Amino acid sequence: MTRDLLIRGMIVGVIAGLLAFGFARVFGEPQVDHAIAFEEKMSQAAGAAAEPELVARATQAGIGLFTGIVVYSAALGGLFSLVFAFVHGRVSSLSPRSTAALLALAGFVAIVLVPCIKYPMNPPAVGSPDTIGARTELFFVMLVVSLGALAAAVGLAKRLYAQHGAWNATLMAGAAYVVFIALVQYSLPAINEVPEQFSPTVLWNFRVASLGIHVIVWTTLGLLFGALAERVLAGQRPRYRLHAAR
Amino acid sequence: MSDIALTPSAGVTPIPLGEVLPWAIFGGLIMLLAIYFIGAEEGAMSLFSGMYVHEFVHDGRHLLGFPCH
Repeated sequence: MTRDLLIRGMIVGVIAGLLAFGFARVFGEPQVDHAIAFEEKMSQAAGAAAEPELVARATQAGIGLFTGIVVYSAALGGLFSLVFAFVHGRVSSLSPRSTAALLALAGFVAIVLVPCIKYPMNPPAVGSPDTIGARTELFFVMLVVSLGALAAAVGLAKRLYAQHGAWNATLMAGAAYVVFIALVQYSLPAINEVPEQFSPTVLWNFRVASLGIHVIVWTTLGLLFGALAERVLAGQRPRYRLHAAR
Repeated sequence: MSDIALTPSAGVTPIPLGEVLPWAIFGGLIMLLAIYFIGAEEGAMSLFSGMYVHEFVHDGRHLLGFPCH
């Protein structure tokens, strides 16, 4: 059963990755090119010699981008299906389709939206190589805290459920999550390494494109995986019991 | 005569933990390793020396929002 879900999760991940790659190619790559042009202009102005290209730009923007997004998305789909296998019937008693859709929404918020509010995606030319260690560390701290807080909020909602009902329990746990995340984001150090002359339009367009990629990945995971999981699980157990009424 | 009635079975049966766990550990490890290679290898830390992996997935890494250079 878990095996069937895992395989479907990874296949859906690959499909999501293909869609996201198409989007990234059209909307993301022009922004990356603008940023790289800016980077080169700055290093020329500083009198630095042009960096040798280890991987050609066409490769980076083609098969490199393809590999990056599809592998990431397939792995995410696999993880998604494993969490789904655990959550289904245990944390959520909704239908597989609804569970998958809600799980994807929660995953998008906790993995993409919340971390990127504090540490947003950055195009090339933004970010100094000297701080990559600290930036990576803070980014993953934010990610892990965000996921932990989400799990805790779901646990809290379940505990409040009996006394307050589904609606109020969800609102209360949601509010606790938001307040906790706000406090964490307030106390973590800010990172701003955007060069002063960097185009705000390119920065904005780059971040919107990046967010779009994630929206495509998570929407596909939630909806398509849900539909497939519904089929897998429907074959497994009778949803309705036939019995004779007197 | 008796009527046939449909009653929803109580709740949804979860998949037994013992069945989920081996897949979760094995699969989870491989998936996380894959994400590591796309997101962080040859950036903040390196398993391989050189910059080839970093440069190859460079655009994807930026567009997926991982910290880069």
